[in-house]
Amino acid sequence: MQNAIEARQLDVGYGGRQTAVKVLAGLDLTVAAGSFLSILGPSGCGKSTLLRVVADLLDPLGGTISVLGETPHAVRSRRDVGFVFQDSTLLPWRTVRDNVRLPLGVGQGSLTRKIEDRSAELLELMGLGGLGERLPHQLSGGQRQRVAIARALLGEPKLLLMDEPFGALDEITRDRLNDELLALWRRSGTTILFVTHSIAEAAYLGERVIVLAANPGRIVKYLDMQPFKQEGNRCKREDPAIIAAMADLRAALERAS
Amino acid sequence: MRQAPLSPQMTIALPVLGAASILLAWQYLLPLLGVPAYIVPTPTAIFGVFQKNFSLLVDNLRPTLIEALAGFVIGNLAAVLLAVLFVHSRVLQAAYFPIVLFFNTIPILALSPIIILIFGLGMTPKIVIAAVICFFPTLVNMIRGLDSASDNEHELFRVLSATRSEIFWSLRLPRALPMLFSSLRIASATAVIGAIVGEWIGSDKGLGALIIQATFNYQSDRLYAAIVLSSSLSIALFCIVVLIERRAIRY
Repeated sequence: MQNAIEARQLDVGYGGRQTAVKVLAGLDLTVAAGSFLSILGPSGCGKSTLLRVVADLLDPLGGTISVLGETPHAVRSRRDVGFVFQDSTLLPWRTVRDNVRLPLGVGQGSLTRKIEDRSAELLELMGLGGLGERLPHQLSGGQRQRVAIARALLGEPKLLLMDEPFGALDEITRDRLNDELLALWRRSGTTILFVTHSIAEAAYLGERVIVLAANPGRIVKYLDMQPFKQEGNRCKREDPAIIAAMADLRAALERAS
Repeated sequence: MRQAPLSPQMTIALPVLGAASILLAWQYLLPLLGVPAYIVPTPTAIFGVFQKNFSLLVDNLRPTLIEALAGFVIGNLAAVLLAVLFVHSRVLQAAYFPIVLFFNTIPILALSPIIILIFGLGMTPKIVIAAVICFFPTLVNMIRGLDSASDNEHELFRVLSATRSEIFWSLRLPRALPMLFSSLRIASATAVIGAIVGEWIGSDKGLGALIIQATFNYQSDRLYAAIVLSSSLSIALFCIVVLIERRAIRY
């Protein structure tokens, strides 16, 4: 199977090439197509930066990275990448439906394929049916993130990058959205990179979990979750095997912080 | 302790009562205190001017209205266009914004004679003065507004491969509207000030000219009526801006 992401000796930083502060140093990472990778790490370890390099929002200083077998720029230009931010980044002047339809209104010029207006179907799928004409400020935090996910899915991206999307939500809403996300992922076959602060969330969602350490950002732990889970990345949150894996991740995270 | 909020009826009634009490005191108290009518005429005397000299007032309102309105449109439009240019070219902004800043520090009263020297005595110089006075606050607010989209919003549009013009129409411009309208509200008052200042310096028509003539002829009731009318003009412009704003910004 083709890899969704292959990074070799990746250096990323801010500032000029000579004077740069390195955020990620010598990072090697392979992500299989269609898989679900959780990225865990303390603040400032470069989790979000890694997503931004993959999304072609930031150029690496050194090393190589290929996304879906091509450069990040080529993939981004074709709009094969979806991005979900921690704050939903909904445009407050657009209705829910028009926010979901944003990908239809902008950037169409660079598309080689035609994307259809699946906004009605996606709103229904995300449990937002009937809220289409609301404005973002009339929604709860969880509903806003659902809209953001629906918007990211509208273009049917092959790769979905999620930067702490549920970080600001209460635990019940977060758990519910975790399950909905897994259901979406199983159905779509999209590769998902999911950045989170939460050990439980990383373990529950990811087929694999990487733990990053800061200064400079590097991978200090790579944990395959599949042995702890059943077929199709399914598990129970309170399963002893998952709890044990979480303890393992916590130890790695404590060493990394 | 915080006071309990007023009931809806009271929030409407109290300002009316407040204004009425001032008008009553003005009407009856000031003459009792011996303030002569040629300095402060009573409200009824001012109201009388509106009945007696209605056509004179309207004839003088018309040029001021046209000058203020034209100045408002031209000044704000120029400011918006320059702001669009500046946010798309940092080089131009760095080169010319300081000059605009310097230009803004020249008092409008000092600038007005120059504008009248250039444009003569017709309506044009008054429109230019009204436009100049509207221009700067809108330019500054519009530049800030167009730059007020968050990093995440810009990244979202980049992930979608949006073009520069799509980013402008779908992100920067809607983001700028609240700040644009707050400066348009200020400009609705300053445009009228600009037109009147222009008329003071050289004109025989308009509310500004009427104010000057009435002052020199000790027709204080006429002077006050002209003031009431110019303030009503500002309020009308302000209300139009607010109405448009409510339609444009629904969130």
